[in-house]
Amino acid sequence: MSETVITVENLSKQYRIGVRERYGCLRESIVKGITAPFQRLRRLGQKPPPEETIWALKDVSFEVQKGEVLGIIGRNGAGKTTLLKVLSRITEPTEGEVRIRGRVASLLEVGTGFHPELTGRENIFLNGAVLGMTRKEIQRKFDEIVAFAEVEKFIDTPVKRYSSGMYVRLAFAVAAHLEPEVLLVDEVLAVGDAEFQKKCLGKMGDVAREGRTVLFVSHNMAATVKLCARGLLLSSGRLVKEGSSRETVDFYLGTSGGRTALNVALDSPERSRGRLVYITGVCGLDGSHNETTGITTGSRCAVAFGFATEAFPLQVRFAFGLIDSMGEYCLHCGSFTLGHNLCLHSSRGWIVCRFARLPLMPGTYSVNFMLQDAGGGVLDYLKNAARLTVRDGDYYGSGRLPGAGMGNVLADYDYSVIPDSLLPRERCAKKEEREWEWLPRQHISNEK
Amino acid sequence: MPTDVDVSESIIESQPLGQEPAAPSVSLLPEMVIRPRRGWFAIDLNELWQYRELLYFLTWRDIKVRYKQTVLGALWAIIQPALNMVVFTLFFGRLAKMPSDGVPYPIFVYAGLLPWTYFSHAVTQAGNSVIGDKNLITKVYFPRLLIPMGAATAGLMDFVIAMTVLGGLMVYYGFVPSVGLMLFPVLALVTYILAIGVGLWFAALNVKYRDVTYAIPFVVQLWMFCTPVIYPTTLLKKYAWVMALNPMGGLIEAYRACTLGHMPIAWASLSISCVIILAVFMGGLIYFRRMETHFADVI
Repeated sequence: MSETVITVENLSKQYRIGVRERYGCLRESIVKGITAPFQRLRRLGQKPPPEETIWALKDVSFEVQKGEVLGIIGRNGAGKTTLLKVLSRITEPTEGEVRIRGRVASLLEVGTGFHPELTGRENIFLNGAVLGMTRKEIQRKFDEIVAFAEVEKFIDTPVKRYSSGMYVRLAFAVAAHLEPEVLLVDEVLAVGDAEFQKKCLGKMGDVAREGRTVLFVSHNMAATVKLCARGLLLSSGRLVKEGSSRETVDFYLGTSGGRTALNVALDSPERSRGRLVYITGVCGLDGSHNETTGITTGSRCAVAFGFATEAFPLQVRFAFGLIDSMGEYCLHCGSFTLGHNLCLHSSRGWIVCRFARLPLMPGTYSVNFMLQDAGGGVLDYLKNAARLTVRDGDYYGSGRLPGAGMGNVLADYDYSVIPDSLLPRERCAKKEEREWEWLPRQHISNEK
Repeated sequence: MPTDVDVSESIIESQPLGQEPAAPSVSLLPEMVIRPRRGWFAIDLNELWQYRELLYFLTWRDIKVRYKQTVLGALWAIIQPALNMVVFTLFFGRLAKMPSDGVPYPIFVYAGLLPWTYFSHAVTQAGNSVIGDKNLITKVYFPRLLIPMGAATAGLMDFVIAMTVLGGLMVYYGFVPSVGLMLFPVLALVTYILAIGVGLWFAALNVKYRDVTYAIPFVVQLWMFCTPVIYPTTLLKKYAWVMALNPMGGLIEAYRACTLGHMPIAWASLSISCVIILAVFMGGLIYFRRMETHFADVI
C-alpha cells in the first residue's frame, strides 16, 4: 500500500531576465528612485515595455508515492533543475504549492560545501553537516564513507591536493550515505569516469531498493530507464508527458529529433542538403512492396528512401543507419560496403534497401542517412531523419527472441554438441570429421 | 514472444522496487508545505535549533580555514590589536597628547581596541559571508541565517585570544579586577548581537548591491573614528550625549569602565545603546529573512 509522499500542485516559477539581472548598484537604485515619477509621466502616453520575465515552470502538477523512483527528463532549459530547486526549498515558487512528507536531501552538485583548505576528514564532516546529517551520524558512517571513496591514505591531506577523481569520489561517498526519506538527485552522475558512474548507479539502485523515494534528473536515458519506474517529461517549464520511464523516454526521443514518424524534416537546419539531389521521404515496405508503417523482425521487407534529382542519370552512394532509443548505432547498410554504386535514372524515384530476413530486434529506431556522389562528396545528409518501428516477428522460426536489452541485431547461428574425439584437430584422421558443416541449418522458409 | 534468459549481470533487479522497510508510516512524518511566501514572517526558531550542528560546523570551518597554512596561526589574533595599540599610543598618546581619563594610554586604548577589533572583523566577515558561500546558497537548503551567524561566531575565538593581552596589561599596570568585570560577558553578548545585526544588514544588501563589499571596510573605518576607541567620550564635553546614538559608543565606554574601574559605568548611555542595538538586530533579522527567498535567484 503506497502513500503519497510528494504532492505538487500547479507549481510555477517565474524569473526576471534581461537588463535588470545585472548586479544592482546602490547609486542606480537611488537615481531610479528619484527619477521614477518622471519616467512614469513620460511613459503615460506610450505602450508598456515588453515582459522581461520567463516562466521556468508553469502549472506543473504530479504526485509521487513512497518508495517510487521517478525520472525527470527534458531538454536543457526545460525546468528540471528549477523543479528540484523548488522542491529543495532553495528557491521559492511564484505560484502553486508543494507538500512533502519526510526529510528531504538534495544532491544538486557533488561536493557542496567542500573547502579546499580543509582535509578530507574535515570535509566529510562539513559536507555531511551541510547536507543535513548530524555529527553522530557522520561519525558512525565515517569508515564506510572512506571505504566507498577509496581514499583511506589521503584522508588527512587537504582536499585541494586531491585529483579530480578522488574529489568526486569523496564527495559522492558522503552524499551516498545520506538517509533521507526523499532524495533529489540532479545529474550528479555526469561527472567521473565510467567505473565511478557504475558505482554511483549501483548505489542509487541500493538507495531505491531500501524504499526511499528518489527523484532523478538525468540526460542519460539508459540510466533513467534502468533506475526509474516512472518518468516525467518537462518541456519549456511544462509537464508534457507522465508515464512509465520507458514510455516517457521513447516519447522524448521521438520528438527531440525527427518530426512525425517516417517523415523527413526537409527544412531541418541540421541537414546538409544539395539543390541537385535530395531525399524526399522514408518508408518501410513489406514483402509485397506495399508501404507499411512498421517492418517485422525476420520478415522479408525493405526500407525505401524517396529521392528527387535534377541531374540524371547520376551515380551515387547511399547509406543509412539505424540507431536504437539508447543511442546505440545498431545497423549500417551502405551501397559502398556492398561494393557498387547506385544509379538514379529518373528525376524521382525510390532507393530501396531490401532484407531477406530483417535481423533487427523489435523496437523503435531512428534513421540517419547519407547520400553521396560517386566521388564521396556529400549530397544530402540528415541525422534523426525519421523513426522506424520494427515489429515483433519470428526470426528463428522457433517463436522466440532474446529478451529486451540483450542486443539489437540478430545473427544466424546454430548449436551442436560434438564428441571430444574431434578436438584437438590434429588428432582427427578423417577429413570429413575435421570440417563440420558451418552453414546454418535451413530455416522454415518465408519464401512464398 | 517468450524471452530468453538474461545471462548478463544487471545492476537493478527488474522486480518492482519499494519493499516496505521498517521505516515509520508516511503519515507519521512531518509534512512540509512549500508555497510562495508573502509579507513579513516570523523567524522559525525550531528550524534554527534543528540546524544548530550546522552552525557549529560553519563556525569551525571559518576558524580552521583562517589559520590554515599560516606560520603564526592564532598569534595573528594578538598581533593586530597589539600593534594597533602600539601605534596609537605613539601617535595619539605621546605625540598628540590625547587625554585618557586618568589611566595610562596604552591600556586605555587597548580596552577599547579589544572589543572593537572583534566587532569590525565580525561585521566584515558576516557582510561578505553570504556572497562567499554562493555555491552553498544555490545548491543546498538550510536556514541562511546561519551563514552570517557563523562568521560572527568565528570571530569570538580571536576575541578570547586577544583578551590575554588585556590581562597582561592589567597585571603590568597593576589594575585589580573589580566587581564590574562581571559585566564583561554581558557586554560581549551584546556586542555579538550587534555584530550579527549589522552583519545581517550588510550581508543581505550585499547580495543585491555589490557596492557593499567595497563599502564595508570604509564604513567600519569611519565608524571607528566616531567611536571613543582612541579618545575618551569626555573629549566631547557637552556633546557627550551624542555618543549615545552610536551603539558601539556606549558599549566601548562600558567595556573600559568595567575592566579598568576608573569611572562608574554610564548606565544611561549603555541602556540607550542596548535599545538601538536591539532595533538594529531585529531590523537586520527581518530584512535578511525578507531578502533570503531571493538569494538563490539573484546571487
